[in-house]
Amino acid sequence: MQPFDLVGSLPLIVIWLALGAVGIVIQAFVRNTKLVFGYYAGTLAVTGTLAALTSYHKTTAFQHMITVGGYANYFDVLFCAAGLMTMLAARPYLQRSESEYDEFYTLLVSAVSGMILMAHSNNLVVTFVGVELMSISFYVMAGFFKMQERSVEAALKYFLLGAFASGFLVYGMALLYGATGSLDYVDIGLAAHGGTLRFPLLLAAGAVLMTIGLSFKVAAFPFHQWAPDVYEGSPTAVTAFMSTAGKAAAFSAFIPIIMAVMPVGAGAAAAAYAPQLQMVLAIIAAITMLVGNISAIAQTNVKRMLAYSSIAHAGYLMMGLVSGSADGAAGILFYVTSYVFMQIGAFVIVGLVEKADGTNVMLDDYRGLGKRQPLLAGLMAVFMFSLAGIPPFAGFFGKYLLFLSAIEAGFTWLTIVAVVSSVISVYFYLGMVVKMYFQEAEHATEPAPTGMAGITLAVATIAVVVLGVLPSLLLNIYRTW
Amino acid sequence: MVESYIPLFVMILVGIIFGASNIVLTEILGPKRSTRTKLSTYESGMEPVKSARERFSVKFYLVAMIFILFDIEIVFMYPWAVQFKELGMYGFVAMILFMVLLFSGYIYVVKKGALKWD
Amino acid sequence: MNYAALIPLFPLIGFLIVGLFGKRINSEKLVGTIASSAILMSFITAVATFMGLLGMPAEERSFTSTLYSWMAAGSFNVNIAYQFDQLSILFTLIITGIGFLIHVYSVGYMHGDKSFSRFFAYLNLFVFMMLNLVLADNFLLTFLGWEGVGLASYLLIGFWYDRKFDGSHITWTGDAAKKAFIVNRIGDFGVLAAMFMLFNQFGTLEYAQINKLAPAVWGVGDTAVTIITLLLFLGCTGKSAQIPLGVWLPDAMAGPTPVSALIHAATMVTSGIFLIARTNVLFALSPTTMAVVAGIGITTALFAGFVGLVQNDIKKVLAYSTVSQLGFMFTALGVGAFTAGVFHVMTHAFFKALLFLGSGSVIHGMHEEQDIQKMGGLKKYMPITYRTFLIGTLAISGIPFLSGFFSKDEILWFAFLNGSPVLWGVGVAAAFTTAFYMWRLTSLTFDGEERFDHHHVHPHESPKTMTIPLIVLAVLSVFGGLLGVPHVLGHPLHIPNLLEHWLEPIFAVGTTYLPKHTGDHTTLEFLLMGISTVVAISAIFLARSIYSKGTERAAGIAAKFGGIYKLLWNKYWVDEVYNGAFVAPILAASRDVLWKIVDVVVIDGIINGSARAVGASAGVLRRMQTGVAQNYALIMMVGIVAFIGMVLWPLLR
Repeated sequence: MQPFDLVGSLPLIVIWLALGAVGIVIQAFVRNTKLVFGYYAGTLAVTGTLAALTSYHKTTAFQHMITVGGYANYFDVLFCAAGLMTMLAARPYLQRSESEYDEFYTLLVSAVSGMILMAHSNNLVVTFVGVELMSISFYVMAGFFKMQERSVEAALKYFLLGAFASGFLVYGMALLYGATGSLDYVDIGLAAHGGTLRFPLLLAAGAVLMTIGLSFKVAAFPFHQWAPDVYEGSPTAVTAFMSTAGKAAAFSAFIPIIMAVMPVGAGAAAAAYAPQLQMVLAIIAAITMLVGNISAIAQTNVKRMLAYSSIAHAGYLMMGLVSGSADGAAGILFYVTSYVFMQIGAFVIVGLVEKADGTNVMLDDYRGLGKRQPLLAGLMAVFMFSLAGIPPFAGFFGKYLLFLSAIEAGFTWLTIVAVVSSVISVYFYLGMVVKMYFQEAEHATEPAPTGMAGITLAVATIAVVVLGVLPSLLLNIYRTW
Repeated sequence: MVESYIPLFVMILVGIIFGASNIVLTEILGPKRSTRTKLSTYESGMEPVKSARERFSVKFYLVAMIFILFDIEIVFMYPWAVQFKELGMYGFVAMILFMVLLFSGYIYVVKKGALKWD
Repeated sequence: MNYAALIPLFPLIGFLIVGLFGKRINSEKLVGTIASSAILMSFITAVATFMGLLGMPAEERSFTSTLYSWMAAGSFNVNIAYQFDQLSILFTLIITGIGFLIHVYSVGYMHGDKSFSRFFAYLNLFVFMMLNLVLADNFLLTFLGWEGVGLASYLLIGFWYDRKFDGSHITWTGDAAKKAFIVNRIGDFGVLAAMFMLFNQFGTLEYAQINKLAPAVWGVGDTAVTIITLLLFLGCTGKSAQIPLGVWLPDAMAGPTPVSALIHAATMVTSGIFLIARTNVLFALSPTTMAVVAGIGITTALFAGFVGLVQNDIKKVLAYSTVSQLGFMFTALGVGAFTAGVFHVMTHAFFKALLFLGSGSVIHGMHEEQDIQKMGGLKKYMPITYRTFLIGTLAISGIPFLSGFFSKDEILWFAFLNGSPVLWGVGVAAAFTTAFYMWRLTSLTFDGEERFDHHHVHPHESPKTMTIPLIVLAVLSVFGGLLGVPHVLGHPLHIPNLLEHWLEPIFAVGTTYLPKHTGDHTTLEFLLMGISTVVAISAIFLARSIYSKGTERAAGIAAKFGGIYKLLWNKYWVDEVYNGAFVAPILAASRDVLWKIVDVVVIDGIINGSARAVGASAGVLRRMQTGVAQNYALIMMVGIVAFIGMVLWPLLR
């Protein structure tokens, strides 16, 4: 082991220096939003590219505190892509609302850097720093429309509850440390998988608390209630980013933790509590998807509907954790990737239809969109079908892999719940399509010109279709780790 | 194992007993002769003139926040300074990097006028 | 025969060209030509493939063409691979052949529609998906097609979204589309679940593998295979509109008539039969499921037949007739007469496509009028439509030596032989209703006095692009049955049962697990054939005597049987029951429980103690200041305690 691995740490170093050492100073002296936008877009592009290029290099760095290569770099690329897509769509959106300040991009990149830390983390403290870096950036971004009550309310609510959940997260970490004497995932995993434990109770309690803390971040039942309020109140561009990349990041931290503390199979020291933990995860997953999908049906506000749908998707994703297997992890990776693209796409369209004062986000406002804006409505329909899990779009295969992993882990009932709830979900996703195509508009408001958001939409659409037709592109990558 | 924690428990116990007994004892032993002056907020200081529930300028919070931020960072420097020799070059570079990040933040704060009072 | 993989490619290309550039092409002729020729090329390729298969020895008539590895994750491996064998090529020929005719017909029918190119893009998409469904060599690709045809059907039912449609609890075509899609999704749930279970058992989703491995793992009547086949059958009832999921098909008639002909009569609705035929080994292993299939099939055949007796919308009569005929097909499958079921799929595709296209021609000529009470005497205005429609009616009624006669009689015979006399009896009753409502339809539409308003309606014969497909289909409806002449008739005349011979390898394994009935029943078979023929002919005469003069006598009869009439007119109130039992509770649960209680009662009620009729801005403020966040935190806390308790409790005990 070398103390400092330059190649592997390159993406992290680049994003932090670019953000903390250079970007901030540029912003201190220059007031030029276009420049700042370009600078941060470039930062994300370079970081993502470096992460992709160095993904072959698999090792640990900084005294085992972070892992580099493979899995972590995959997420880096995903986060940077999501960040870039959001930035492209956010610029025209913010300009329309006359609240484009360069700090938006600073915060966004700062959130991405937190996510990257989460994905790379091999250490409880690093995970915590990453989670907080991301969350605090989100709190501020949620309140970015500081003159709109809903936005400020969202920020405050998110902050209060987020802090509350962080408490449990850090408490869980403390207990894990107390039980195993290490902050390192590998050591914790060794302790849980083999031999005897000095304090099995502490390990179990720590594992549950961490599960709870991260469940909040992914907005899973019963820690989901903030999500509809926050997603509705936040600027749509922010919602697009938090509900996708934020969720992906939380899962990138969730997977290694669960793998470490929830050994599947007998003989392990943790076998005394692992089945119960698995059951807790299964229950959270089941209720989350039911609550998310059923609540979504009653919504009249598109942002709120998508918020509930994102809760439901957290439920599907948690099925992959239940199995605790490599197949489950592959399912999560694939699904979260497709989810990022389809959800960002949907929210970008919501942002385009939305008026500068934050209105025109009701379902009824989408009536007849198919006639007025055939392209926009067509893309929205693609995203809706993909979210509903209709083949051949990407959403279907992710769901399929997740369901399969749950079955292989012996959780047939969970799969049945999942299939039933995805049948329910068709109702409101399709309701959107019906509104757009099969109903006439009473009063028509023209959506904003697409501008740079068009790039985001194009990328998202291509991804949703290509991942559906050629899922092996990603699945083959997972197999190389 | 658990036995090694016994001194800790004893310590906690002693702490609780000491604190509680002091409060109880003063209540029992102390004489109670209250006058108007004694009951006022600042017994030997200024006269309270109006409500303490006042709105503070938001700048106060800004300065306070920034103060705490930079103050806390000092905490990291103590253990680093103590272990400076053992950490060697690696530790030195890491701390320089840390200071650079901190300093660029400071530049930002100053240039944005967060520390200007008016 | 690598070119075989091109069969599904042509419609895809057609879809992309027409879908992307259709508006820009801006020429109905060109769009129609592109779309139709895409299907024609598929058909030609399919014929070539068929010829190729014919040239092989019977046992080797199957090959797989793998395009690429769709996904591979751990043990999970699925290819995009097409399997060409006797069953899939038969369906492919039906789909592309009839599909081509309907495309040609649509060029005339959709002439002048503002979304002409969109229509053809959807049609091509449908054919592509349908070909995926039948050609797939594994469950997942079939499922892609299965969902894809559902999607295309959804888009096409709601094609005229700005038109009103008088369905059950439905006023807009868009709602009809949504209903079809959601009911189908319930069925898809069964298919998905069955797929998961099969994969869990065998580690593969390929038909060939599963059909080979299943008999080794399961004995006849095992619970596992029964559950799986029942789940698969649930999917089939959705797609093929059987009880209990048949409610969507009549409302699907909201789509343009060529769509009804192609999707909701000839091809898509038979995919349930295809799936069972494809997995016949699994079904054969479960006598319980087979009994359920036969039972549901014959019940649907009878019930839908009865409902068909009282409908007044020309397309709805045909829709219920389709449901009823699909019931016959399932009955055949259920009694193990797989060949007879597939045979009926084929003949039904001919005559039902013919009837639907004929009805489209009538509707076209009558200026979008669909109510048969407002028609009558049309035969002198549209002679070609009349004659072809008559042939279709004769064929579906089971008049000897037309196509419907052979296939239906084959089904009834096997229902008697492998099932029971009761099954046969019910089948004959259903056949009676078929003949009756078809003749009622024909009489009211083409015979008798002219009941339409001469000032506004000027009936006229349809253009050539519409009548030529009718003629072709009429020819097929007459002679198509000769492919599967039953032994009892064919043997003495030395006419072989070509279809049975052709399909034999597909069902060879499956049939070994079915009970055998041997012996010489020639006399009995002739007797039963005679009975059903007599029944059909008497139904025809009865219907003619009641309806050829007009609607008065019919009204008198309807009044006499008021209760039954009402029951049938309301389709046994199935839709109402569904609405009450499923749709309303879910909506109510969503609105009342989660929305009202959590949001309204908890937030507005407990925290503030005030009524909820407050303005939105006040609501925002109130939420802020009363600290709803605390309330959320409380619920979180409850969850935390519960989960910690769940995990730690066993450790503490």
